[in-house]
Amino acid sequence: MATQHSRSAARIMMAPAVFLLLVWMLVPLCMTLWFSLLDYRPMRGTFDCCEGFANYVRFATSSAFQDAILTTLIMVGGILLITVIGGIFLALLLDQPIWGQGVVRILVIAPFFVMPTVAALVWKNMFMNPVNGLLAHLWEFFGAAPVSWLTEAPLFSIIVIVAWMWLPFATLILLTAIQSLDSEQLEAAEMDGAGPLSRFGYIILPHMARAITVVILIQTIFLLSIFAEIFVTTGGGFGTRTLTYLVYQRVIESQNVGLGSAGGILAVILANFIAIFLMRIVGKNLDK
Amino acid sequence: MGRITLDKVRKAFGEVEVIPPLDLTIEDGEFVVFVGPSGCGKSTLLRLIAGLEDVSGGQIRIDGQDATGVPPARRGLAMVFQSYALYPHMSVRKNIAFPLRMAGLDAAEQTRRVEGAAEVLNLTDYLDRRPGQLSGGQRQRVAIGRAIVREPSAFLFDEPLSNLDAALRVGMRLEISELHERLKTTMIYVTHDQVEAMTMADKIVVLRAGNIEQVGSPLDLYHTPRNVFVAGFIGSPKMNLLTGPEADKRGAVTVGIRPEHIAVSADAGTWTGRVGVSEHLGSDTFFHVHLEGRSEPLTVRAGGEVSLHHGDTIHLTPDEDRMHRFDAEGLRIA
Repeated sequence: MATQHSRSAARIMMAPAVFLLLVWMLVPLCMTLWFSLLDYRPMRGTFDCCEGFANYVRFATSSAFQDAILTTLIMVGGILLITVIGGIFLALLLDQPIWGQGVVRILVIAPFFVMPTVAALVWKNMFMNPVNGLLAHLWEFFGAAPVSWLTEAPLFSIIVIVAWMWLPFATLILLTAIQSLDSEQLEAAEMDGAGPLSRFGYIILPHMARAITVVILIQTIFLLSIFAEIFVTTGGGFGTRTLTYLVYQRVIESQNVGLGSAGGILAVILANFIAIFLMRIVGKNLDK
Repeated sequence: MGRITLDKVRKAFGEVEVIPPLDLTIEDGEFVVFVGPSGCGKSTLLRLIAGLEDVSGGQIRIDGQDATGVPPARRGLAMVFQSYALYPHMSVRKNIAFPLRMAGLDAAEQTRRVEGAAEVLNLTDYLDRRPGQLSGGQRQRVAIGRAIVREPSAFLFDEPLSNLDAALRVGMRLEISELHERLKTTMIYVTHDQVEAMTMADKIVVLRAGNIEQVGSPLDLYHTPRNVFVAGFIGSPKMNLLTGPEADKRGAVTVGIRPEHIAVSADAGTWTGRVGVSEHLGSDTFFHVHLEGRSEPLTVRAGGEVSLHHGDTIHLTPDEDRMHRFDAEGLRIA
C-alpha cells in the first residue's frame, strides 16, 4: 500500500521535470522537421511553405554530403581506434603500483577537463603551428622541415586533438574495469602457465570487453557531434567537413535554414542508425 | 613424485615478519593440512610453496631440486583457490583445458584429458556451460578439474570449501579425500576448520603466528598435543583447560581434559557443578557445567539419552589417565 502510494506520488512529483524535458527535446526536433520542409532563407526574406522533400534531395545528392559522411566516419573511427587502444595501454600502466599514483592519475585525467575550443586552440597554436609550434621545433631539432599540420594533414591533426581529449575518458573507464578483475584469476592463470601476453589476451582483455563496448558507445554518440575542434582549427576546409559541420555551413554561412534542417534530420537518422547498431553489440556483450 | 621440503623458509612483508624461519618436509603422496586460526600465515605459506609470493629467505625444494626462484608455472604444482578463480568468459571445457592449451598440447590430447577429468568429477553434462551457470559445488569441481588435468606433482588447496554450505562441504570433503586415494598425489590443504583437518589429513601442521606448533597425524595431535595451543585448537568441542588448584594438585600449571573423558554421575564424583546450557545432537549431548569458583563452564559429553536439565546438580569424574598436563610455558609434561 505504502509503496503503491509513494509511487503515484513520485509520478506526480516527477511530472513537471518529465514534461520540461519532453518540451525541451520535442520542440526543437519538431521545428527542425518543419523547417526542413520549407524554403526558408531569412536573409532573402524567403519563407515558402511546402517544398516537400526537395531540401532532402538537394542535401543528400550534393557531393559535399557524401564527402562529409566519409569524413565523419573516418574521424570517429580514427578517434575510437586511438582512444581504445591507447586507453587499454594507459590503463594497464596506471594499474601498476607506482610512486605518486594518485597524482599521476589526476594528471592523466586532466585533458578531459579542458574545453574543446581551448584544447583545439592550444594544439593549433602551441603544438601544430609550423613556425612557433613545439612540434615544429622538434622537427627542426632533428633537422627535418617543419610540417604545417593543419594544412598538410588536417584530418589526422583533428583526430589527434580530439583523441587527446577523449583518451582520459577511455583510460578512466578501462582502468576501473581492470581494477575490478579478481587477482586470484590472474594468479590461477599464472599457475596454469600463462605468460604475461597470454594473461592479457585470455583473462584481462575478455574481462574488459564490456567496458570497451561502453566506451565505444558513449564516445561515438559524442564524437558524431564534434564541432568546436573543426571550427577553431580548419574551419571545415581541407577535407575536414563532417556532417555536423556541413549542416552548420548550410544554415549559418549559406543562410539556408531549410536545407540545413534537412541535413540535421539526416544526421539524426544516421546517428540513430549507428546507435541502434552499437546498442545491439553492447546488448550482446552485456548478456554474457 | 611430489616431495616438498621447506628449509628455513622466511617471509616478511616490509618490517613485519609473517613467517619466521620454518622447516617442514612433506612426503610424496601425503595429504598434509595446514590448520590454524585466521592470520596465522597458513595461506602465505601455501602461496610461498606455489611461488605466488617470493620467499624472504631460505629454500624451497621440490623433489630435491631447488625451486626457490622458479616461476609458479614451472614448479609442477596446481592450485585450487578459495574463490575458485574460474575464467568467467570461458566454458567449463575451456576452463579445464586452459592449462593444457597454455602448455601447447595438441587438441586430441586436450579433449582426452578434459573428458577424463570431467568423468572423474561428474562434470560431463556441464562441459559447455559457463561458470556463472553452475552451483558452488560444481564450480569447485571445475576448479579441481583444472588442477587435475595438469597432472601436477602436488595439489595446493587454499580453503577450497569455505564458500560452500555445510552439507556440500561434507560432501566435497569426501570427494577430495577419495580423489587423494585414487591419485595418490601429494596434497597440501589449507583450512581454519579443524574438523576438515582431522577428517582429511595424513599429517596436520598446526600453525600459530607463522610458527609451526606441532606436526603429526590427526590422532597424535588429539592424544598428545604438544602444548596448550594445540590442545585447545584440535578437537571439537574444545578441550577443557583448567588452571589454579586443580592444576596444582596434579603438578602442572594447566591441565586439560576433553569433554569425552569426563564421567557424569548423579550422586558422586570428583567435581560438583550445576548444568547450564545443554546441546543435544542426538548421538551425543554436550553439557556446559558450571563448577564452584570457575567462571568458564566445563564442557562434558554424555550419551544422547541422558536427561539432565538446566540447574540440575551433577557430579563429574575426569579420567585421570587422559588428563593432559602443561607447564608454565604451556608445553606438555610427559
